[in-house]
Amino acid sequence: MTNDVLKVTIERSSDVQDVFEVPAFESQTVLDVVSWVQQNADPTLSYRFACRVGMCGSCAMMVNGVPRWTCRTHINKVLDGNEVTIGPLRNLPVIKDLAVDMDPFFDKWVAAEGVHHGALTRDDPIAPIDEDSAPRAEANAGIECINCSVCYAACDTVAGNPDYLGPAALQRAWTLLNDAKDEGRAAILDAVSDSGGCHNCHSMGSCTAYCPNDLDPMSAIAGLKRETAKSFFKRGR
Amino acid sequence: MKAASGITSRAHPLWLVYLLHRMSGLALTLFLPLHFWVLALAMTDPARLDGFLHLTEAGVVKLAEIGLVFLLAVHMFGGLRLMAMEWLPWSPSQKTLAAGAAALSFLIALLFFLKAI
Repeated sequence: MTNDVLKVTIERSSDVQDVFEVPAFESQTVLDVVSWVQQNADPTLSYRFACRVGMCGSCAMMVNGVPRWTCRTHINKVLDGNEVTIGPLRNLPVIKDLAVDMDPFFDKWVAAEGVHHGALTRDDPIAPIDEDSAPRAEANAGIECINCSVCYAACDTVAGNPDYLGPAALQRAWTLLNDAKDEGRAAILDAVSDSGGCHNCHSMGSCTAYCPNDLDPMSAIAGLKRETAKSFFKRGR
Repeated sequence: MKAASGITSRAHPLWLVYLLHRMSGLALTLFLPLHFWVLALAMTDPARLDGFLHLTEAGVVKLAEIGLVFLLAVHMFGGLRLMAMEWLPWSPSQKTLAAGAAALSFLIALLFFLKAI
């Protein structure tokens, strides 16, 4: 470590930025830096985290213009000299400081039919799943999403169209469409081909480039484009 | 001071390719009316068309033509890339191989073409 003190700029609102001097430690994450500020410099700083191991998806923030999961991002990897700028996640309304309102993100998750559509009851036998089938491979590719909203913050189509469902919700719809246990095919295809649906995507790829879990929402959305087009040509809807 | 929500989140190859594709499309859209107007001169005013065609001997116009061919090539391959990416359920490595094969074929055909003229 070459610098003992980090110059940390935190965006408190669109026109207020506070600068803090934070002692540098070894193996320090961006979340550690934000926590140090809150615990030692300014107890009024609001931010959100829970698990600190990259599972809960609650600590995402903009770090030097890039959406990141702050608990798994080493500060050394993002420092510009000894400076770093941290702000609330893009494309979501700010509640206070670094905490954003995630409601639009999760509302769209539901609007994309990202919910279980079951047809069996508890008395039916559990449906067998062929782990090697092609649809299962597609579903497996997307199920490790932790709902952190990094892709949603990275997406310029979301920024330009508030009705667009966004990469995470559409990827969830794609995994369910490929899930043998889900019976919601017609509902999902209707939801994702609506005005805010998958055909808004310009394949800019920021979702795939910045997903902290290395998922590929862009390809999942491309899959939805194919399926909705096939459905349109076969059934006229 | 760098804004945390600044432009750096877009600086990756897929986004730059997206931008290049859209910008080349815009530039070609602006060029097309001019192109058709010049072609229409063949019907309405052949003498003026000849005068205009002499202009194409100038170095500046030749340079502009290179730019035009670049725009066309970028836009065509950008479109093919987009269609392959969205419509072919191939794995990324399959698409890389296909793109490589297409680029190689195009290069060989171009070399043949340059030798022929």
